[in-house]
Amino acid sequence: MTQPDPPLKRTPLHAAHVRLGARMIPFGGWDMPVQYSGIVEEHRAVRSAVGCFDVSHMGEFEFRGPDALQTLQRLTTNDVSTLGVGQVQYSLLCYEDGGIVDDLTLYRLTDDHYMMTVNASNIDKDWAWVSSHLDGHVEAKNVSEDTGLIAVQGPHAERLLGRLSDVDVTTIGYYHFRQGRVGGVPAIVSRTGYTGEDGFELYLPAASTAVVWEGLLAEGKGEGATPIGLGARDTLRLEMKYALYGNDIDQTTNPLEAGLGWVVKPAKGAFLGRDAIERVRAAGLARRLVGFEMVERAVARHGYPILHEGTSVGVVTSGSYGPSVDKYIGIGYVPTALAPVGSGIAIEVRGRGQGARVVKTPFHPPHVKR
Amino acid sequence: MATYPADLRYTREHEWAKIEGKRARVGITHFAQDQLGDVVFVELPKVGAKATQMKAFGVVESVKAVSDLFAPLSGVVVEVNQELTQQPERVNRDPYGTGWLVVIELSNPAEAETLMTAQHYEEFLKTAGGH
Repeated sequence: MTQPDPPLKRTPLHAAHVRLGARMIPFGGWDMPVQYSGIVEEHRAVRSAVGCFDVSHMGEFEFRGPDALQTLQRLTTNDVSTLGVGQVQYSLLCYEDGGIVDDLTLYRLTDDHYMMTVNASNIDKDWAWVSSHLDGHVEAKNVSEDTGLIAVQGPHAERLLGRLSDVDVTTIGYYHFRQGRVGGVPAIVSRTGYTGEDGFELYLPAASTAVVWEGLLAEGKGEGATPIGLGARDTLRLEMKYALYGNDIDQTTNPLEAGLGWVVKPAKGAFLGRDAIERVRAAGLARRLVGFEMVERAVARHGYPILHEGTSVGVVTSGSYGPSVDKYIGIGYVPTALAPVGSGIAIEVRGRGQGARVVKTPFHPPHVKR
Repeated sequence: MATYPADLRYTREHEWAKIEGKRARVGITHFAQDQLGDVVFVELPKVGAKATQMKAFGVVESVKAVSDLFAPLSGVVVEVNQELTQQPERVNRDPYGTGWLVVIELSNPAEAETLMTAQHYEEFLKTAGGH
């Protein structure tokens, strides 16, 4: 007998997706739209116009109190002391052995008040982890259920949001945010995203998220605003080589081999995982996460073996067709000797090695605001 | 064109066959292409390859999914749609026309009796195959 799966959770926009005719799939315990009109069309809409994503399934934790900074310094790998009020920081939670609990973004809302955004499928695990590592006078709160999240991404995102928001969005820099209203609803307007395009992520009260969603799609008709499903979210992030937890990074990968050493700051002092990560750094990396493109016609997929001279040397962690690069692309772990750009590898597809080569990433040039 | 043209025969794996004398042109149905989403890769056999009824003869891949293609009828592959190498999206746009996959020279034309008519296929979609 197998246990019946628990019922899928729904975001505040679930009814809106069904009404728009989205194709719904289970994702990390949630019933989510994978596509509306089609993955390739939606992908192109984000690169050329503007797309709206429901990412309300993601989790948000708040940390408040005089020791919030100290707690977050110990929990996360990046240096929180450099994070000013109004700034966002990409970072990681790591286990003592250096494996990754999750990747996250950290917001400093006020001097002693922070918000952490985590992956949907990891909310319970992450909450248990951070709860067991609170330190001193800090109050942590899981506000995931109360918080809706809409990403507005693409070259017309600024223009669209500018008309709906009471904050001057043109003055918000990349990885910065401001609190204000969007369509009359209180929002954190954050210049961040997971697509490589300019754009924003809007944190909203769950009960008012649908109002903002409808407002964005209605107001954005002239800009070509389109709802975007998880399918295109995945191809857009793949073209940027942005890591996806559970695919490219997990508890068995360390930040350095995953190419995330830039958010590991050992000089800041002790944090969970530091000693193990520094041992890896000292010993040298056995493998690295690289981007590759197929030389022969085949599609690489998550879990396919990476071959070199006929033997398996690594594994594909993400792979698909990249609509903007018009190539079959992927990312995966290879031995350090094969990590340089230009290295010849093969991907085992249905029992046959298909030629591929390591290439420079991102695969597609990013257009984020600098 | 009809969603499921009356002059075609259908499999439970969502391929169609258009029987033209001793040959059959083969493709996937509107339902199959819609379920797959954007087709980005098609792997087809070479001319001269043998096809066996309801055995895999190729693969179609969309952005998200990999699916085997099953031969509606047995025989020898005599034509392959080479255009799909560069334009696999034809399978979505025109599944019964320019999105055809292969032509099979039939070794046992009587197998056609086992395939569904358009009417039967639509009923099948409403029950077992249609989720």
